Amino acid sequence: MKELTLATLIAVFEEIYGRGLFWSLVVISGIITVAFVAVLIRDRGIASRWLVRAEITAPLGAVAAVWFVLWFTNSHLADIGGPIDWIVIAWIALAGGGGLTLLSYTAQAILGHAPRAKT
Amino acid sequence: MTERTSAPRLSRRALMGLGAGAAALGALPVAAPAQTPAPVKTAARIVILGGGAAGTAMANRLVQRLDGAEITVVDGRAQHWYQPGFTLIAAGLKPSGYSVSRTGEWLPSAARWVNEGAAAIDPDARRVTTTGGEVLEYDYLVLACGMVLDWDAVEGFEKSQVGANGIGAVYAGPEEAAATWKAMDNFTDKGGIGLFGRPATEMKCAGAPLKYTFITDDYLRRKEHRDTSQVIYTAHNDTLFSVPIVNEKVKLLFRERGVDTRWHHVLRGVDAGARQAHYDTPEGRKVLDFDFINVIPPMRAPQVIRDAGLSWADRWVDQGWAEVDPETLRHRRYANIFAVGDVAGVPKGKTAASVKWQVPVVEDHLVADINGRAGTAVYNGYTSCPMITRIGRAMLVEFDYENNLTPSFPGVISPLEELWISWLMKEIALKPTYNAMLRGLA
Repeated sequence: MKELTLATLIAVFEEIYGRGLFWSLVVISGIITVAFVAVLIRDRGIASRWLVRAEITAPLGAVAAVWFVLWFTNSHLADIGGPIDWIVIAWIALAGGGGLTLLSYTAQAILGHAPRAKT
Repeated sequence: MTERTSAPRLSRRALMGLGAGAAALGALPVAAPAQTPAPVKTAARIVILGGGAAGTAMANRLVQRLDGAEITVVDGRAQHWYQPGFTLIAAGLKPSGYSVSRTGEWLPSAARWVNEGAAAIDPDARRVTTTGGEVLEYDYLVLACGMVLDWDAVEGFEKSQVGANGIGAVYAGPEEAAATWKAMDNFTDKGGIGLFGRPATEMKCAGAPLKYTFITDDYLRRKEHRDTSQVIYTAHNDTLFSVPIVNEKVKLLFRERGVDTRWHHVLRGVDAGARQAHYDTPEGRKVLDFDFINVIPPMRAPQVIRDAGLSWADRWVDQGWAEVDPETLRHRRYANIFAVGDVAGVPKGKTAASVKWQVPVVEDHLVADINGRAGTAVYNGYTSCPMITRIGRAMLVEFDYENNLTPSFPGVISPLEELWISWLMKEIALKPTYNAMLRGLA
């Protein structure tokens, strides 16, 4: 790779997803993050009731993300060849697990009732 | 057909979105954005011969760098082919439409596209005549007209044969690559003798013949016909790859996979009916039977380059590549002519990755000339080959003129290790990077 600038990276991602889709995804992920921060501020912290439920979805998100990437790239777990491959798989799993936890927590916090005041 | 096959891919891409984006943004070192210099005002007339990867990228970058230049792209082809995709099409992983787009959709509106080929170049009079008879006068000429595949040099071969009788030709085009997959799929369903090899001339992506050997071997194994099959690779000389350390690694892998390598074999003809291939060897003509063959013909510069006297006189005399300085890509006898991409007569690099590195060098020297300064950019021969060693794994081989390995991610992605991440890059990131390059953005 000659010179990896942010502009190059954005140009490549625009090509992967299409400009409209890429920026839509950026906006959606931004909205989810902002909503998460907003409910944290509203509730003055993390509500353990929702967090526990949200965490249950994490393994699901992790497995789904890894399975999806393997399917999308016509490959299998047996193709993992070196340490960097395991690191990338771990990142994908982390992104999938973390992402779904975040989404799940935020959805519960917005749709559900406000948690009881801390005692 | 293309639309039907591509529609679900879009939704997969949609889902891929955040994960891949976040991972890449987090994992890769990102440099500060380069300062874009103010456009240079000029009335220079620049003619670019060819609207393929090199010509299109060149046109888009020059439009960004110059204000008022008259830029003309001469290319008679309506279709633009993403050629790095041919291997994936011939491996049954992508439809033929994966590599096809329209030439016009990539060219900048600020440039004029003459939809004809070049019939003649007069470098002394600084004039190009198109096949339609239009005369284009220029101040600067960029040769980006690629190469021609000399199919006639393979006796008995016709492109119409591809797909039947075990005949494949990955390089011939997207449709032929898809037909090659049909032939290879049939072959690997039953097993038999598979013939692979490369021509004795310079060629585009010299790793592709090896990749296709590995992929076919992989399919034979998946279909449990490898034990009853013979995979033969016919090398044109005594090496498999021009970079010594990569050559040794590929030899090792060929030994592991049981590929039978025949040295100093140059394909001269194919008898589709008898399923026999004819080779020139130091011991004379040899005939090999086949059940599947990937035919790759000799490759040469377009005739118009040779007729104009722009080729090297003492190197590659049977091939006619443009006589340019390997570091600046400027013609050695005509200072206002440059060559980029396959047509450039340089020791390495007939790949899209080379184009990515060459275009900014020519841009630098050309714009500097217009500005009355001297250009400083140097092309070091960088090229890259994601060497697929089976479906799901590849080695990201990158090197320069001196055969140095030049890994983009040293210590992270090893160039001689078969890795899934290298496969991932070939499958997902390469085409978008290529498209960004076409637009002059990467």
